[in-house]
Amino acid sequence: MEPLRERIIDVDLGDLGLDEGAHLLVQRALAQCDPAQVIRVRGTAHALAVDLRGWARAQGHRFEVSEGAWILSRSASYDGRWRNAVRASGTDAATSPGEHASSRWGVAARGALVEDSVPAWDFALGDKDSVWSDDAPRLYAMGAAAQWDPATAVPWSSELTHPAEVEDAVVQVMTYLIENETAALQVPARFLGRVHPHYREIVQVLALQCADEARHMEVFTRRALLQRDALGLSTAGGQRSLQTLYEEPDYAIASFLLSVLGEGSFLSLLWFLHAHGPDEVTRSVAKLSAQDEARHVAFSLSHLQRHCEREPAIRAKFARAVDARHQALQHTAGLNREVFDGLVLLAAGGWSPAALRRGHHAVIALQQTMDEGRRGRLARLGFSAGEAEALSALHTRNFM
Amino acid sequence: MTKDHSFVLGAVAYDPKVVTIWEGFRQYFAARGFAFDFVLYTHYERQVEAHLRGDFDVAWNSPLSWLEAQRYAVTLGRRVEAIAMRDSDRDLTSVVLVRADGPVKSVTDLKGRIVAVGASDSPQATLIPLEHLATQGVLAERDFTVLRHDVMVGKHGDHVGGERDAVRALINGDADAACVIDGNHLSFVREGLFAQGSLQILTQTAPYDHCNMTVLESVPPARCARFRELLLGMSFDDPEARPLLEMEGLRQWLDGRDTGYTQLAAAIDRFDTIAPWLARVTG
Repeated sequence: MEPLRERIIDVDLGDLGLDEGAHLLVQRALAQCDPAQVIRVRGTAHALAVDLRGWARAQGHRFEVSEGAWILSRSASYDGRWRNAVRASGTDAATSPGEHASSRWGVAARGALVEDSVPAWDFALGDKDSVWSDDAPRLYAMGAAAQWDPATAVPWSSELTHPAEVEDAVVQVMTYLIENETAALQVPARFLGRVHPHYREIVQVLALQCADEARHMEVFTRRALLQRDALGLSTAGGQRSLQTLYEEPDYAIASFLLSVLGEGSFLSLLWFLHAHGPDEVTRSVAKLSAQDEARHVAFSLSHLQRHCEREPAIRAKFARAVDARHQALQHTAGLNREVFDGLVLLAAGGWSPAALRRGHHAVIALQQTMDEGRRGRLARLGFSAGEAEALSALHTRNFM
Repeated sequence: MTKDHSFVLGAVAYDPKVVTIWEGFRQYFAARGFAFDFVLYTHYERQVEAHLRGDFDVAWNSPLSWLEAQRYAVTLGRRVEAIAMRDSDRDLTSVVLVRADGPVKSVTDLKGRIVAVGASDSPQATLIPLEHLATQGVLAERDFTVLRHDVMVGKHGDHVGGERDAVRALINGDADAACVIDGNHLSFVREGLFAQGSLQILTQTAPYDHCNMTVLESVPPARCARFRELLLGMSFDDPEARPLLEMEGLRQWLDGRDTGYTQLAAAIDRFDTIAPWLARVTG
């Protein structure tokens, strides 16, 4: 048996009470104890005897009073909570994302030490192959740096000099854009809560994507109401098209339909509005939104490219999804006539036959540009030229 | 219908979490091949009566209901035994708090004043501290007025609300002293109920014990032994057991002992608190 004095670690709390943080000194001493040692606490704080007894009991430490001091022996379960803890990483590099994220890691920071009785969390998207993109950290950083303030980034007070009917066309196009951007927010938002937060950068990118769409909804609304009290038309066909996107339960397919085909086509539309918008405000909101959308498309392309490389059969699923969506929408009107006409008039800028011809040609060229873009992106995912052409042709006439 | 061989525990539902706790224990025991079930009562007296009637096998008793069961059993020529308790049930104390800037500096200064306590049947926040004050020479309702905070009477102070209300009364000036369990002095400072240093400890009781698992001599011995063995075998290191232990407020189950209830026994004799109930059930 060791002499008693060698088993005792003295802790002098001075006049510091447990109600002022003295438990930290006691805990520190207990942490330095081996199981055979005890700590002897001295102190002059008024409530120390009472608080130390209650605190020790709650922590499972043995408490005794001896010769004007208090003796604490460490609870046998002192470090039991962490005995079987696991690192939320799954890789050698503690902070790199693993191939599979355990439901037992929950929302722990990647690389954190997780208590083994953490309840299981239900994150449906917990495999790296189904969500990851090596470009995500870079795209998140770009996106975070590129956030713009709708109040100051757009020249809201610049003059509008175009004819009233052209303004009506702008309002209709903005109404259509708001509706589409609402869907473009809702779709990633649905999956945002299902991606395992172990893949932090993916969650961050999707969160920024939602924030981007929120701003787009705001600036398009504000532009529409610059000179009008009411918005334009919303059609059943347009909404049905967006509903098929919203209801798609598979993350990869939803990303494919939304970003590779839909937002990709929208990118062309926004650059068209930037080029042909009749006023500085329209051109500005189109440009700012197009820059954001380009990141969304780049992200989806990147993670779907990775997904296709690891699971080549998923291309056939994408193709079937495009076909199924086409079947579902074939009896709808597609792009509403008002939007198409609005785009023509907006690009024409006036009512002369020559201007209308110019506007019409521009919209036809826009549709060709959209088709080329879609085919290019499909090729990047490994579709052959023939497959890409067929799939692009089946894409919804509503653009998104 | 086949006979149910579950070992049944009686507990008082002082909070909705009680269902979660014992349902968790039921599953924990089931996973170890031990059929266990529980029944809940709204108050301890009903539980004691049911226990003596043979409605269940083991009672999760408050200190007061342990004494109630003990005294009721004696009248029937029966015997109770405390077979297990939490580590946190041993060697508690209660304290009497006063305002640091107030006039009460000693126990005798309480004469003519108001002492706030918890529920009338709370061992820790009423009965034991009032007994302690009586042994110090100041008797409740003779030397000072008692301001009770009857939160959930019948639940023997398991609900902390009565103690919190007693401290509020002290802070607000409605009382000159307040009785609480030792650990709540620190808990209440930490939750901001009163400012550090604003209250002082006037006096502290001797250590006493709190809850225990109580059986009657007629309990099936093998199943009782298995129940006790499984309880005492629960380890805080075990991720299945740990959440249950944390919810029930312990690190480790220990042997039961009946030596820590003398202050409470003296209190119920002095203040004659359980006699009417005992007369009714034995009469």
